[in-house]
Amino acid sequence: MFSFHLAISLPLFYAILVPFLYKKFNQRIHTGWFILFVPLLVFGYLLSYIPSIAAGKTISLTLPWIPSYNINLTAYIDGLSLTFGLIITGIGFLVILYSIYYMSKKKEALHNFYIYMLLFMGAMLGLVFADNIFVLYVFWEITSISSFLLIAYWFEREQSRSGAQKSLLITIFGGLSMLAGFILLSLITGTYSIREMISNLGLIQAHPYFIPAMILILLGAFTKSAQFPFSIWLPDAMEAPTPISAYLHSATMVKAGIYLVARLTVIFGGVATWFWLVAGVGLITLLYGSFNAIRQTDLKALLAYSTISQLGLIMSLLGLGSAALHFGVANKEEVYALAIFAAIFHLVNHSTFKGCLFMVVGIIDHEIGTRDIRRLGGLMHFMPVSFLLALTGSFAMAGLPPFNGFLSKEMFFSTVWQAAQLPFFHMQTWGNILVAVAWLASTFTFVYCMIILFKTFTGKQKGPKLKKKAHEAPFGMLLSPLILAGLVILIFFFPNALSQYLLQPAWEAVLPTLAESASLQIEISPWHGVNPALLLTIGVVLGGTLLYKTLPKWRRIYRFYPQVLTLNNIYAAGLEKMEKYSLSITKRYMTAFVRDYLVYIFGFTILVVGGAALFLNGLSFDFSGDSAINLYELAFLIAMIICALIVLFAESRLTSIVAVGTLGFFVVFFFALFRAPDLALTQLVVETVTTVLFLLCIYHLPKFKKEISSVGFKAVNAVISVGIGLVVTMVALSANSNRLYESISHFYENANELAGANNIVNAILVDFRGFDTMLEILVLSMAGLGVYALIKLRLAGRNENEGTK
Amino acid sequence: METCMSIVVGILFAIGTYLILSKNILRIILGISIIGHGVNLLLLTMGGLKKGGPPLLGLKETTFVDSLPQALLLTAIVINFATTALFLVLSYRANKVLGTDDVEQLRGYGNE
Repeated sequence: MFSFHLAISLPLFYAILVPFLYKKFNQRIHTGWFILFVPLLVFGYLLSYIPSIAAGKTISLTLPWIPSYNINLTAYIDGLSLTFGLIITGIGFLVILYSIYYMSKKKEALHNFYIYMLLFMGAMLGLVFADNIFVLYVFWEITSISSFLLIAYWFEREQSRSGAQKSLLITIFGGLSMLAGFILLSLITGTYSIREMISNLGLIQAHPYFIPAMILILLGAFTKSAQFPFSIWLPDAMEAPTPISAYLHSATMVKAGIYLVARLTVIFGGVATWFWLVAGVGLITLLYGSFNAIRQTDLKALLAYSTISQLGLIMSLLGLGSAALHFGVANKEEVYALAIFAAIFHLVNHSTFKGCLFMVVGIIDHEIGTRDIRRLGGLMHFMPVSFLLALTGSFAMAGLPPFNGFLSKEMFFSTVWQAAQLPFFHMQTWGNILVAVAWLASTFTFVYCMIILFKTFTGKQKGPKLKKKAHEAPFGMLLSPLILAGLVILIFFFPNALSQYLLQPAWEAVLPTLAESASLQIEISPWHGVNPALLLTIGVVLGGTLLYKTLPKWRRIYRFYPQVLTLNNIYAAGLEKMEKYSLSITKRYMTAFVRDYLVYIFGFTILVVGGAALFLNGLSFDFSGDSAINLYELAFLIAMIICALIVLFAESRLTSIVAVGTLGFFVVFFFALFRAPDLALTQLVVETVTTVLFLLCIYHLPKFKKEISSVGFKAVNAVISVGIGLVVTMVALSANSNRLYESISHFYENANELAGANNIVNAILVDFRGFDTMLEILVLSMAGLGVYALIKLRLAGRNENEGTK
Repeated sequence: METCMSIVVGILFAIGTYLILSKNILRIILGISIIGHGVNLLLLTMGGLKKGGPPLLGLKETTFVDSLPQALLLTAIVINFATTALFLVLSYRANKVLGTDDVEQLRGYGNE
């Protein structure tokens, strides 16, 4: 029953074993070999679900976690989550295989590396299969944290740390706003399950929280998927080891935002806000990423920007596809369903070709020692296999046949073209701009793909001589990218196999309402005849080639943009200013002066207790229950106040100590008067000892100095003191006048029968509440030890130290 | 009696607080002592004053004052004593090591 839960949490549980394996075997066997089978097992297990999913079924498995709060580990398996699950485990397997050759077993802390990696894998699987929004949120944050740990894997480097911090700050910010959005959603529907929310669609869409919840959740998705303007963390995340960049920061984690948008399309889609937010941000990101990729000189940074732009492309497709849920689309659904389909198709394709490219760049970095385009060139002769791999990856990304990128890119063009003809959502004014942006961004994409390929592998090596002589990588390292490149080509020739088993159920999972009403079979074919999409592709190739050839001429335009205004600079300045201001604000009230802190505490007490009593009508006095007071009691009370005042105004220490002692003896008298003989006796002893102690201490303490303080200082003290006095009196009087409960003391009056004692107070202390008394003795002993230690031990040690010096 | 006691307790608290807010350690300790007395009297007052005999069985009275505050107070007195002693010795140590009994001069340095 719970074998599915076990399977997807296998990486998490297995991570516990990693340190032991590392310790025992790493000298001889690379730890990666022990990890390799984990994603493979899960992958195989997930494959077994394909037949039932492809038949159009969805499976929901519930494991109670906190049933009283209605939080359960419900795994929901449909086309979408299964596609993601297969990508996570499939790419995970290849990346671990690759890392075995990439990460040196002698130099690297491999146990950390693989623990973080398994932690991520488990969290990511949990994320895509979770049905409960809070479970989803928890896994979402764990992926952020494991990403943070992996980016900072080489934590001795300054850039790794700042990159990790940046990614954490941005993604956690998004995660928290997503949580807020989730809470709004659960407030609207009264459920935590995404399934049940979908069944309450009408309720959500009519609710005033609809738009706030949408924007908050989108913030989470956009930060995670590096959409403009939150994209700045992704290039910095490239400080992570290359297997991580290939896995987390191109194939899986950054697609969590895409997953979320796809998953919630059925809830939020169909309104203009969602359509324009998702599609608009996606298109801007697409253009921004591809335009900025061209200027990069570091191959990994280039790939990071290209990932940003590809994520933007997928996001925009999801946005365009959400139009399918709009009221009145009538018979045009298939056009928009095609957009969703293309989004998932491109997502799968992107994982294959970008993973391949990242691995090739890792190979270059590993074998040559640099990944700076300005120093590379002519590698084709030394690394023929890597060259072919890079060719496959970059041509697929550029959208050329015969690679899978061509198919999804064509779909993208035809969807954008179709969407531009929409009769709603103000498409009449924006349609042409949409097409232009898509074309321009794809042209830039083409240019940077050519840069990756030709600047690295053709021409001559430039700059100073490289440290290592160029040579091909070992076969093990080439194996993973070879498999990915094989997939790139395989998907081009047999797209419908993939479509039938995964993509079809996946888009039906995104648009379940539509899938029910219309039976839509999407056929992928490379050749549609001459249509707008093909013309656009030809345009991209022509324009791209032209731009690539003339790159040196127009490269200068990047310099026109002021450096100060880049998003990175705004982030850095913002962070610096925030630290500065928060420090100065903190310093203003954290004065390290005990008196100030006490003023805060007392002031707060006055405000809260006094304020509550005033505003909640807690003040009512009733003096009728008072017992009588006679003259000599009154005299003693006044004497007590005088004693206290003497302490206040005394100029010598002796006077004030004696006055406090006298005050204590008056208290003894009152204890006796109020029928408390035990208290009176104890107080008598304690007061005597305390006074002696005080007198002992003044021998060692300096004389009172005349306190030189400003009038303001004294005035604040006076106000606070009087306030405290008033509040205490007020509380005492109110409490005395209003008894909410009867005293429970009558129980203890049976002390004789219950405890065999005649002294009730003593019976309470040593019998009824004996445990409390024991702890009291403990406190007393601790204080005694403290006193002893303060007087004796450290002084002795200190003197000895000083003596030896 | 209870009303008068409440007012006196309030005054004790006010004086104690003022002493605690001063800079001299000895005055702070004295202030804590005074507040301690205030608390003791306050607790006893809450239980009602002079409403019966002392809580000792076997005497001729059959009604007793509330015994619970007394039990609490007995603990409070002892703990009060312990903390006062600790605080005194602490101030003695602070004075010995740092050479001052002024809490304003006892604050830490900028970036510790």
